[in-house]
Amino acid sequence: MQDAGMVIVGAGECGLRAAMSLREQGYHGRVTLIGAEVHLPYERPPLSKDAMAGETLPTPKTITSRDVLDAQGISLISGVTVRAIDRAGRFVRLSTGESIPYDKLLLATGAEPRRLPMAEGLSRCVTLRTFDDALAIRSHLTRGIRVAVIGGGFIGLELAAAARRLGCPVTVIESLPRILARAVPAEIAAIIHAEHVAHGVDIRTGTGLASMEEGPDGLSIALADGASVEADLCIIGIGAVPHVGLAQEAGLSVDNGIAVDAELRTDDPHIFAAGDCCSFPLDLYGGRRIRLEAWRNAQEQGALAAANMLGGHEGHKAVPWFWSDQYGLGLQIAGLCDEGPQTVRRDVGEVAFILFHLAEDGRLVAASGIGPGNAIARDIRLAEMLIAKRACPPVDKLAAADTKLKALLAA
Amino acid sequence: MAGWVDACGADDVDEEDVIRFDHEGRTFAIYRSPDDDYFATDGLCTHEKIHLADGLVMDDIIECPKHNGRFNYKTGQAKGAPVCVNLKTYPVKVEAGRVMIDIG
Ligand SMILES: Cc1cc2nc3c(=O)[nH]c(=O)nc-3n(C[C@H](O)[C@H](O)[C@H](O)COP(=O)(O)OP(=O)(O)OC[C@H]3O[C@@H](n4cnc5c(N)ncnc54)[C@H](O)[C@@H]3O)c2cc1C
Ligand code: FES
Repeated sequence: MQDAGMVIVGAGECGLRAAMSLREQGYHGRVTLIGAEVHLPYERPPLSKDAMAGETLPTPKTITSRDVLDAQGISLISGVTVRAIDRAGRFVRLSTGESIPYDKLLLATGAEPRRLPMAEGLSRCVTLRTFDDALAIRSHLTRGIRVAVIGGGFIGLELAAAARRLGCPVTVIESLPRILARAVPAEIAAIIHAEHVAHGVDIRTGTGLASMEEGPDGLSIALADGASVEADLCIIGIGAVPHVGLAQEAGLSVDNGIAVDAELRTDDPHIFAAGDCCSFPLDLYGGRRIRLEAWRNAQEQGALAAANMLGGHEGHKAVPWFWSDQYGLGLQIAGLCDEGPQTVRRDVGEVAFILFHLAEDGRLVAASGIGPGNAIARDIRLAEMLIAKRACPPVDKLAAADTKLKALLAA
Repeated sequence: MAGWVDACGADDVDEEDVIRFDHEGRTFAIYRSPDDDYFATDGLCTHEKIHLADGLVMDDIIECPKHNGRFNYKTGQAKGAPVCVNLKTYPVKVEAGRVMIDIG
């Protein structure tokens, strides 16, 4: 008997990868990919980078084409939201009123920008997640307008860099004592901070917001420290919250994301979740439950979910990995830096460097690096392999730039 | 035009490694495999135009430094997302300790 097929909710990076992987792994049944956005699946990272750089309005950087989807027999339903999951009947209900049955269901619903209550209803305040958001921002971002960025996280800082390129005065407001406090070691955040300052960005750390007022000539932002910032456009970049509504209403566990086991299964064996929307235990760090908002993770988990939907029993093993580009600087982080209380620095050429983060027992648990272009990429990749191997490389070798990491990997 | 050009010395590339070679406005990547053969491809990743010479060579794979897209540098074959367009490869010969590539 033919099964009801595989249904994937969310046609982003993760959902599409899962659909393609189902085929790559030889599944011949029905594959339905349902996405709320009208565009073909596209890449989000360029939205805060290249999409903001050009003189003309950007186009979405699509990951696939209709032809490829047709050839793969993947039916993509775009511009349609899944409203509810009927777990007993094993079908999903769409915003069109239609119902689609599933044998296995994957939730790849992603995340959305965290809202700032104070900014609700203010037309000059924007957030960035989708291509349509990017288009709206880019159309406002004309040469010379005053830009305020709330939140010193990746998206806010990348947009700050883009706005500087367009000659806009930019103020970044971060309530914590430093930018990128959540995921980036202080030593590296300091380099990025200095680069922004060198490019003329005014960074205010350690101060929250008191109020916002919109008038005909712009937005007036009063800071908790008494200062005030005037802006024509205000980008709110204070993090993202996972899309868990569907799962929650269906009675599935939620714990900072749709809670899944290492095999990405929710507490319903027919329902999986992957990508930015899920939290999962990572064996590499003793089963610590984490949620990632990272592009490569979305793909890795999409592929893994597909395998396990087809009856596999593999746990998620990949080392978390992230990159960011600001001005000419490339940042990459493999692993979770907060797992390693001890840091060892390796200089790579004149200005680039890598920090190795070691656990108390000497195990390499993370590596972070920054430098022009892709100067640190190769070593971060090798470090990632050492992390996956749970290696305890000698500290002096890690620090010595003339010791090839490849040699340590072979050791 | 052009044909064979002198790209580098055979010793300029470590085993299982890659270097960049620029020639008349074009950029190439020159590889030395673990079994000591030489190969050449276009220098830029087909995903975004990133220099592959900053990437990592493992066996017959070059991995892009930017988003870990992988290619077989011997055949140019793209090994899956995020890279889906193959890399162009070029004939290589080693003569008198020099690596020559035929850039057509
Ligand atoms: C501006 C920006 C820049 C970034 N830059 C980087 C970077 O430099 N490096 C990096 O590693 N990562 C970066 N990321 C993160 C990366 O893009 C995400 O981790 C990745 O997109 C997550 O993929 P996903 O498929 O899980 O979620 P998403 O890409 O968010 O896709 C989820 C999709 O599901 C849809 N959906 C949700 N609910 C429903 C429903 N009920 N019915 C139908 N459809 C639904 C949504 O509309 C959305 O299209 C960036 C993200 C953004 C927004
Ligand atoms: S630029 Fe090479 S994988 Fe993206």
